Amino acid sequence: MIDVLYFAWVRERIGLPRERIETSAVTVADLVAELSAREDRYAAAFADLAALRVALDQDLSDFAAPLAGVREVAFFPPMTGG
Amino acid sequence: MRVAIQSAPFDIGHETAAFAQAAAGAGAVVTFTGIVRDLAGGLTAMEIEHYPAMTERAIRDITLQAVSRWELIDALVIHRHGTLRVGEPIMMVATAAAHRGSAFAAADFLMDYLKSRAPFWKKEITASGGAWVAATDQDEAALSRW
Repeated sequence: MIDVLYFAWVRERIGLPRERIETSAVTVADLVAELSAREDRYAAAFADLAALRVALDQDLSDFAAPLAGVREVAFFPPMTGG
Repeated sequence: MRVAIQSAPFDIGHETAAFAQAAAGAGAVVTFTGIVRDLAGGLTAMEIEHYPAMTERAIRDITLQAVSRWELIDALVIHRHGTLRVGEPIMMVATAAAHRGSAFAAADFLMDYLKSRAPFWKKEITASGGAWVAATDQDEAALSRW
């Protein structure tokens, strides 16, 4: 089981802030493909990966990264702090 | 070093005075404050979302880098989340160093990194709805200066 979190417009497009899912995805990209195949709202949120960032266990990572041992994946747009 | 992530407002004058007073031996204190502004007109509020489990650690890491690279005597970052009105402070950075060059550079570095690497997302609320603020290429390019 893995916790998947969504922030900002990704959260709005998918319609929920977090969910716990059972997945056999090996990489982040595999997880994205799996989620996108679920429903249109996921496909819409993940349509342009260049517009998204991903964090694994609260550290910025990338879509090619492996998911082995990861407990929390977060998807969000580029950050706008400051 | 202090990092505070909070929804409550803060007093810039009070924070600056307390920071400067505690920074024993500092010859320079630099502060920056970010304020909600209404550039296009019609802004009623700014909503700031963040990733609680990641925010404080990410900012702490960035601040520790600044402290070590510019040999800061002390550093402070306050960043708010939640619903803010026009004119309210969003965040502040303060750096204390022996000389002004280090204090200015460290504050500049912190701002560039907070902008693109601290997990906050701003949404501008107007009478017609809300719009997420987009990150700019300049924000990302600014990081290459460091």
